[in-house]
Amino acid sequence: MARTAQLTTGRHASPDTIRTVRRLWPLFFAALLGVSIIYGVGLANSSALHNAAHDTRHSLAFPCH
Amino acid sequence: MELLGRILLPAVISGVIAGAFFTGLQYIEVIPLIYEAETYETAEAAGRSLSDTHGTDSQDAHDGEAWAPDDGLARAGMTLLANIVAAIGFGLLLSVSFVLLSARGRTVVGRAGLLWGLAGFGIFNLAPAFGLPPELPGSEAAALEGRQGWWILTVVLTALGLGLIAFARPVYVRVLGVIPLVVPHVIGAPAPAHHGGLAPEEMAERYIYASLVTSAAFWLALGALTAFVHDRFGSSRRRRISPALSPQSERKE
Repeated sequence: MARTAQLTTGRHASPDTIRTVRRLWPLFFAALLGVSIIYGVGLANSSALHNAAHDTRHSLAFPCH
Repeated sequence: MELLGRILLPAVISGVIAGAFFTGLQYIEVIPLIYEAETYETAEAAGRSLSDTHGTDSQDAHDGEAWAPDDGLARAGMTLLANIVAAIGFGLLLSVSFVLLSARGRTVVGRAGLLWGLAGFGIFNLAPAFGLPPELPGSEAAALEGRQGWWILTVVLTALGLGLIAFARPVYVRVLGVIPLVVPHVIGAPAPAHHGGLAPEEMAERYIYASLVTSAAFWLALGALTAFVHDRFGSSRRRRISPALSPQSERKE
């Protein structure tokens, strides 16, 4: 029954789509957070950040100096 | 929000443990080598300021007015913190992948986590090391921006290549995964005009292996731990988190 109702909703976003989007945003958010953190520790061009994470950057072989 | 917690928790727990473990490993070989290389750097800088003759163009981020932790406990503390933060960042990417897989009915447990850790090592350390080997302070290198650009390109393409090889459907598409794996190395990393550095070559070589082995151990620990915590708290095996992402609903679409 639910499936039939969905098929008749036409151009509107199906409940499935809405549910998918609602469940995907935490995944996007977490992935973006992960990438930002890696960028900050390993690549950000700030002297203070570089000096704080210096030994980490060298250990993990991020391009440094 | 609940899902976000289930992604963050494994990343934070495993990041703290693997980051601390990584710090311990670094003190065996990697950090002593970095400190030793810095003595050559300091000596060179002192010699340069005395004679003011031909100095290398290496941009030394140690001098200047920027804040830097004092050598000793402060520096060790910052390294521990940076290792943990980096591990949480990498752990988040692992955790996101695990949640996506478990939503599709494929549970990642501790043992598979080792494979994921190995992949992380391949993506973030091994593949870039072919063009830009781990470097001691004071090594000759091309401009930073070019190296960072090549590093990012290599990381992204290696991840794409491994992803295709592991998960692409239909199966024959997996062969195409080899292409992004080799492209960065065909392009080649930016190289300095002349190779070498202030520290002896033998030391630089020892550093390459020390850095790679330490990073590999870190990644294996991070992968296994993230998978373990994910399996305990974050997986949808016990509570289905995402019917909309499950294989059944996929078939419906």
